[in-house]
Amino acid sequence: MNAVFEQIFQVGFLAAIIRIATPLAFATLGEMFSERAGVLNLGIEGIMLLCAMTGFTATSLSGSLWLGVLVAVLTGMLMGALHALFTVALGLSQHVCGIGVTLFSSGLAYFLYRLIFGQQSVPPSIKGFQTLPIPVLSDIPVLGPAVFNQFALVYMAILAIPLAAFVLYRTPWGLSVRMVGENPRAADSAGVSVIATRFQAVILGGALMGLAGAFLSMAQFNAFTFGVVSGRGWVAIALVVFGRWDPWRSAGAALLFAFVDALQLRMQASGLGHIPYEAFLMLPFIFTIVAMAVMSRNAVAPSALLKPFRREER
Amino acid sequence: MFRLEARTSTPAWFNLALPLLAIAATLVLCSGLIALAGAGVFESYGVMFAASLGDSYAITETLVRAAPMIFTGLAVAVAFRAKFWNIGAEGQLLAGAVASCFVGAIPMPGPLAMLLMALAGAAAGAAVALVPATLRVKFKVDDVVSSLLLNSVIYYALMALIEGPWKDSFSGYPISPPIEDSANFPVLIEGTRLHLGVIAALVAAPLIWFLIVRTTLGFRIRVTGENPEAARYGGIHVQRVLLSTALLSGALAGLAGVGEVGGVHFQVMSDISPGYGYSGIVVAMLARLNPLGVVPAAIFLAAVMTGAEAMSRATGVPAFLSDVIQGTALLAMLVALLFTAYRIRRVGAVQ
Amino acid sequence: MPTPAPLIEMRGITKSFGAVKANEAVDLSVAPGEILGLLGENGAGKTTLMNVLFGAYAPDAGEILIQGQPARISSSADALAAGIGMVHQHFHLAARLTVLENLLIGIPGKSGRIDRAGGLARLAEISRQHGLTLDPSLPVSALSVGEQQRLEIVKALFRGARLLILDEPTAVLAPSEVDGLFSALRSMAAQGLGIIFISHKLNEVRALTHRCTVLRHGRVAGRVDDPANTTSAAMAELMCGHEIVPPARGPSTPGEAVLALDGISTSKHSGTTLRHISLVVRAGEILGIAGVSGNGQRALAEVISGVRAPDAGRMTIAGQNVSRFSPREVQALGLGRIPEDRMTTGLVTNLPLADSMVLPRIGTAAFSARGLLKPDAIRAFAEEQIKAYDIRCPGPMTRAGALSGGNLQKALLARELAFDPKVLIVSQPTRGLDIGAARFIHEKFLDMRAKGCGIIVIGEDLEELLVLCDRIAVMYEGHIAGTLDSADATVARLGLLMTGVEGRG
Repeated sequence: MNAVFEQIFQVGFLAAIIRIATPLAFATLGEMFSERAGVLNLGIEGIMLLCAMTGFTATSLSGSLWLGVLVAVLTGMLMGALHALFTVALGLSQHVCGIGVTLFSSGLAYFLYRLIFGQQSVPPSIKGFQTLPIPVLSDIPVLGPAVFNQFALVYMAILAIPLAAFVLYRTPWGLSVRMVGENPRAADSAGVSVIATRFQAVILGGALMGLAGAFLSMAQFNAFTFGVVSGRGWVAIALVVFGRWDPWRSAGAALLFAFVDALQLRMQASGLGHIPYEAFLMLPFIFTIVAMAVMSRNAVAPSALLKPFRREER
Repeated sequence: MFRLEARTSTPAWFNLALPLLAIAATLVLCSGLIALAGAGVFESYGVMFAASLGDSYAITETLVRAAPMIFTGLAVAVAFRAKFWNIGAEGQLLAGAVASCFVGAIPMPGPLAMLLMALAGAAAGAAVALVPATLRVKFKVDDVVSSLLLNSVIYYALMALIEGPWKDSFSGYPISPPIEDSANFPVLIEGTRLHLGVIAALVAAPLIWFLIVRTTLGFRIRVTGENPEAARYGGIHVQRVLLSTALLSGALAGLAGVGEVGGVHFQVMSDISPGYGYSGIVVAMLARLNPLGVVPAAIFLAAVMTGAEAMSRATGVPAFLSDVIQGTALLAMLVALLFTAYRIRRVGAVQ
Repeated sequence: MPTPAPLIEMRGITKSFGAVKANEAVDLSVAPGEILGLLGENGAGKTTLMNVLFGAYAPDAGEILIQGQPARISSSADALAAGIGMVHQHFHLAARLTVLENLLIGIPGKSGRIDRAGGLARLAEISRQHGLTLDPSLPVSALSVGEQQRLEIVKALFRGARLLILDEPTAVLAPSEVDGLFSALRSMAAQGLGIIFISHKLNEVRALTHRCTVLRHGRVAGRVDDPANTTSAAMAELMCGHEIVPPARGPSTPGEAVLALDGISTSKHSGTTLRHISLVVRAGEILGIAGVSGNGQRALAEVISGVRAPDAGRMTIAGQNVSRFSPREVQALGLGRIPEDRMTTGLVTNLPLADSMVLPRIGTAAFSARGLLKPDAIRAFAEEQIKAYDIRCPGPMTRAGALSGGNLQKALLARELAFDPKVLIVSQPTRGLDIGAARFIHEKFLDMRAKGCGIIVIGEDLEELLVLCDRIAVMYEGHIAGTLDSADATVARLGLLMTGVEGRG
């Protein structure tokens, strides 16, 4: 067993945690903004998949990685707007609309991918993001190579956390988001447009989900496969609960999940051969369910989550 | 300016008109994708129709595919009636398939085997559905998320089985051993795949309708779903109703898996369900959560799936069109449902 | 008081909801420094009119003038910009955000950030001016109801309101807090603010306002230029269209105790804690439970109806210990219950009315057998009650949510009274009902009392309780502060008990 632990706690392991946490951090922050405004976005799984596809395709056709990222972000915003159209403007059930958006986006992703690339025996790939060591910082022992020798998108995720906290807690717009998620009537009577604020928050959330998708197909796998997201979106929704709708805690939850995921990957590779590898694959999901069971009793969701706002309703 | 205005009553013909409206809107919207793929819209839809409902053999194939979606559609309809957000029909289906395959591989008289397969599959599905329901009732865990996550867990468990103890040692393929021949569901029409499970699905729908509309359990499910507070004050044990609903819903989803093992595949493999559990949500919503409506809604989706494959072969339009149609149909139906609660009124400028 | 150019003028305002005309051709004006009373029964259209003024509803016809200029107010943002502030009956505050955050919502920031320093300075200034102090760092959930109302007033002033609308502000206050509110309002008026004070309580309107507009059935029924020197009777007649004749309550002949609570306490799990509640209701008497809302009345109703189990104490119905009984079990012993909030705890608005009418007794032999419903019996029962109680609706299969408040209340009453309860517990029985419907309900209670039913009425309207009840118990912070025979009770004495000033009586 000692050998296993030695293998686990090394630079490569820390770097793997950061890498696994990155798309989850983007996705979790995106879902958090949406939910803080009172809109559950179950479309996240499909949106991430579609964004992974569009980003990959744009890069594959143009050769530009950043163009791919931009396309993925725009796709995410568009799908966010679609979800907001149904749930905010029309006030439809957030649960069912989210499932609808996921089914629609994943169907569209499969369809367009097959249309553009046809059926190939070896899936097409791109030259994805390369690690970008940050001078000086990457020379710090252990932490340096693990955290500061990463993809540009990883640094973006690291910066996104304090930025999200600043926006949510320190800006008037962030206050409006929290207010429409707690008591939309209060926001409305203070002259804040509930509909507009919710749209903006869900669209911003979509943009972040787009970054999550882009990371998967353009930095982690450098290809688009149908299983490229495989439940990460659902996990992000659980992480928002686990992180109590707070940017810092949510990011922390993403790191914790990434730790469990990285651990199971190491354990799979570490010759614990008599245990089927699927048992390890299950582990993060079971961990998430248990974590939710532990946390949910005291978790307090935004009061107006799932509640549509119609002004003249009596 | 347009405004939504609450309706006090909904005309009865809406029940039929709205799903048809949603389906029509879906087909119009998706025709854009067919055109994008460079194929003729009418030609493609024509192929889809011919291949799924065009002749009696095609119809039996569509019915075979509809059967699991009738079960998952009923599972979701029952759950959503109680506002138990069971998105886990996929995992419950897989659990039902595994359990029935396990039982079906034991040598015993055919009718007994089939009965036990159904019981085992229903029990396995119910047991899986009980997890998110219990977590919600005891720990306030959101049932959507837990039932979704559980789908992945069940899927990996199934993979561990078919790549582990069940793995075909001869071919090395990750498939389970087949069930006994005597346990294969009888085929009803020679030369087709129309099996007993299809009839079971068609019978299940009116039974579930009866349960929802005419029994006290159904009454409690409806009231709990519409207003849990009023139900609680009215002396209904809301948590018990939720758990009963979960058991019923999971059992129905489990039966979907039983039908696939006993009537179609006779064994378990990794792709035994192409997302029938998720399609169940679309089916239930198209049916407006009415168990009787689940049958035509499931047949529609089955026709789309069967037809899309033929269309893909004939016109080169990717068969994934059927996935897009499912998602679009769900969203279109939700919008259409607005008309049951609201009417659109034109509002003049205020003078 | 001299009347300068009006601050706000509403002319010919008409607003309908579906077939209901909530306002019809209403005129109203307020001058700077003036406190205008807007008087009317529940459902007379006061709140609707003010929501039109505040931009929440678009009027179907009519115009609004601000300082003589026609103005278009189509959102609360427009109203705020025009200097109109409103304190709603149900506060518009986010409980988990702080006082300062609730004040700063919708206020532009400074260089992209929330302007905390500016907000604190402005709050301090307003506090000094009107004596309205608040701790800016507390979350709203930590404030008392009175403080939350103060925050709502400060919020309006913070946004530079020159006209302040208060919708039934005293409903949530204890009598002593009302005095504080009134002096703050007088100070604001003295500084030139216009104030619209909405109420249906005559004595308050007479004590506070300079002028008064009375609404009835959505129309202006009359105006009173000198409320302080106008008799309550005259104003009540304007408000109701006829002199109010309270239903005659004969002498009571209380029999055996039908319901007894002995030292009932609950833990602080949710809502207010109950502390050693002991009370007795006898057959043939009406016991009132008075108190400022939020002092444990809801918890008490939940314990009695079996929805919440007490942590200590004993409850008996007709001598049988029912402390641990479920709602279904206490009901089977003859407890009837009409909940406080029809829409959330009484009815299922999306299902047919008949379903709501049989809901509490669906498992009984009357409506089901061996797990199967008896649809014909359910329908027949609903039809019978619809006829007996004159519930206006197209039929038993109508969606319950489509009925008016008065008809829904009748339906709830019918569903309980049809089974001759021994004990009836009722919360806010006439809230939101017009006079006719309220009277009908009162008469039914008196009928039941004559038949030997023990009735508990939980209410906030002291006048109503004094007319209806034989005895009145007052709840304060989760315990019974005192019980008075209604012959000895006055609004003033009850008021003292409600604030905890007078001890156990």
